[in-house]
Amino acid sequence: MATTQQLENITTQVRRDILRMVHKVNSGHPGGSLGCAEFFVTLYNEIMDRKDDFDMDGIGEDLFFLSNGHISPVYYSVLARAGYFPVEELNTFRIINTRLQGHPTTHEGLPGVRIASGSLGQGMSVALGAAQAKKLNGCNHIVYSLHGDGELQEGQNWEAIMYAAGNKVDNIIATVDLNGQQIDGSTDTVLPMGSVKGKFEAFGWTVIEIEEGNNVDAILKGMAEAKALTGKGKPICVLLKTVMGNGVDFMMHTHAWHGKAPNDEQLAIGLAQNTETLGDY
Amino acid sequence: MKTYENQGNKDTRSGFGAGLTELGKTNENVVALCADLIGSLKMDDFKKNHPERFFQVGIAEANMIGLAAGLTIGGKIPFTGTFANFSTGRVYDQIRQSVAYSDKNVKICASHAGLTLGEDGATHQILEDIGLMKMLPGMTVINPCDYNQTKAATIAIAEHHGPVYLRFGRPKVANFTPENQKFEIGKALHLQDGNDVTIVATGHLVWEALEAAKALNEKGISAEIINIHTIKPLDAKAIIDSVSKTKCIVTAEEHNHLGGLGESVARVLSQHKPTPQEFVATNDTFGESGTPAQLMEKYGLNSDAIVKACEKAIKRK
Repeated sequence: MATTQQLENITTQVRRDILRMVHKVNSGHPGGSLGCAEFFVTLYNEIMDRKDDFDMDGIGEDLFFLSNGHISPVYYSVLARAGYFPVEELNTFRIINTRLQGHPTTHEGLPGVRIASGSLGQGMSVALGAAQAKKLNGCNHIVYSLHGDGELQEGQNWEAIMYAAGNKVDNIIATVDLNGQQIDGSTDTVLPMGSVKGKFEAFGWTVIEIEEGNNVDAILKGMAEAKALTGKGKPICVLLKTVMGNGVDFMMHTHAWHGKAPNDEQLAIGLAQNTETLGDY
Repeated sequence: MKTYENQGNKDTRSGFGAGLTELGKTNENVVALCADLIGSLKMDDFKKNHPERFFQVGIAEANMIGLAAGLTIGGKIPFTGTFANFSTGRVYDQIRQSVAYSDKNVKICASHAGLTLGEDGATHQILEDIGLMKMLPGMTVINPCDYNQTKAATIAIAEHHGPVYLRFGRPKVANFTPENQKFEIGKALHLQDGNDVTIVATGHLVWEALEAAKALNEKGISAEIINIHTIKPLDAKAIIDSVSKTKCIVTAEEHNHLGGLGESVARVLSQHKPTPQEFVATNDTFGESGTPAQLMEKYGLNSDAIVKACEKAIKRK
C-alpha cells in the first residue's frame, strides 16, 4: 500500500505532466485536470483493483470511465504513470498521429481507455452498461466513473441516474467533480443546479461527500466508505469537492484556466511550485 | 422472367422479433434493450425467455445507446430496439461518440422506418435515417425487404463484429424471399435478369420493384432487379456489372433522395461508370398521416412510380 507521501509525490509529478502537456501544444484543459489530480492518482494507485495488462472487456478487475473527457491530460498522465503506456508518449499529446487525442478515444488503441468521451453527458450511461455486463458475467468488481458538475446539465445524465436506481445497479461508484466552475463561469451563474446531493438522493442514490477532494487521505477514506456501500441495492455517488487548478496558485479558484494553456513564463512558475518527483517524461 | 410468390403478408418487425428469439437460444452473449416499445418491436419473446438479458430502459433513448455501448465492455452483444426516428436522429451524438467512434459492437435495430408507419404522421416517419447512419465511419447499414430476410439479417448481424444499423418497418408486406435463407452482409441479391434497365431497390420497395417489372414486361421492357439489403458497405460490383449491360438505372427506397441509397449508387456510378439514373425516393420532404398505401402513392414510392422512372431512365440512354 502506498503511503500518503508517495501518493502526493505522484500527484506532484502528474501536475507537472499536465502543465507541460498543455503548454507544448498551447491547448487543452489544465484547470479541471489539476483539480482532479489527487483523485486520479489515488484511484489508480490505491483504490481500484486492476490488472497490469489492458484488456477491453476488463473481466475480473475494476473499471473506470471518464465522462468529462476534456480533462484528458490528467487521465493520460496517470495512465502512463500507472504503466499502461510509456510516459514518453505524453510528449505526443494532441499532436498529429497521436494516440493521445485531445479527448480520450478507443479509436487509436490507447491502452487504458475503454470509451470515447468529450461530448458531455454520455459516460454515466456507458458506465452503467459496463456495470450491468459485470453482473451478467458474475464479476464482482466495481465500475468507477467521473463526471464534471457542469456536465450534469446534460439531460442524459438524469436518464441514467433514474435508470441506475430503478434497476438497483449497486456496483457503480460515480464521482462528481464538484468544483463549481464551467467554461462560461461558475455553475451558479451559468445554470444554477441547486443541491446536487439532494438531487441524487431524490433519485434513489446513496451519496458520499468528500469535502477535501484535493487531500489524498480524505479521498482514500471517502472512497473506502463508498466501496463498503456497494452491493446493497443502491448506486453510489461521490461528491468530490475540488479546487479547479489546484496546486498552481494562479490557476486556482477560477474558471479562467478551464481550457487555456500557460505561456512560457506561467509554465515556469507552475513547475517551480511543483518540484519534479518521479522524473519528467 | 423469374417470378416470386408472396408467401403471405407479414411485417418486417416480426422478422426482427423472430430473429432475436432465435439468437436468444443460440448466442448467450446477445442482450436486448428497449425504450418502452417491446410490443411494437416484437421483443416480447426474448424478454420472456431471457429476462436477465433484457433491459427495459424506459422512454430514455440516449441512455439506452450509452448502456448498450457499456454492455459491450464485458463481451455482450447488445440489440437496441425503438422506432427508427428515436433510434437515429434523437440519439445521433450518442451513437457517434459512444458507439461508432468507440468501435462498439452495438446493433441498433429500428422499426417503423419511413412513410409506411402510416397514420402517426411525420413526427414518427423518419426519411433521413439511412443518410444519418451511413455517414458514420464504421457503421454498417442494412434495410431488408421482407419478414424472412429481416429475420436472417437479425441473426447475421450478431456474428458481425462492429456497429450495425438494422432498419425495418411496421406494415404487413409481401413475404417472398426464402425461409431460413443465409444472409450475407454487403452482398447484393440478383432477383431478376433483364436487359433494358436496372432497378436497384431496398426495403419495402423491393417487392414494388418486382411488381413494376411485371408491368414493364407487358410493355416489352425487360428490367433487371437487384435487392440491395446492405446500403453500407454497398455492393458496387453488382451495380456496375448490371448497368454495363442495361445502360440505365433506377434506385428505389423509402427514404429521402438526399442521403439515401440512390445517392450512394450515384457516387459509385459517377466514379466508375457514369450512367443515367432516376430516383424513386421522397423529394426532400416530411411525411404526413395516411394509410401506408395512400402515402406510398402520394409520395411516389410504389410500383407505378418505379415503372414511370424506368421509362424515363431508358429515354435518357
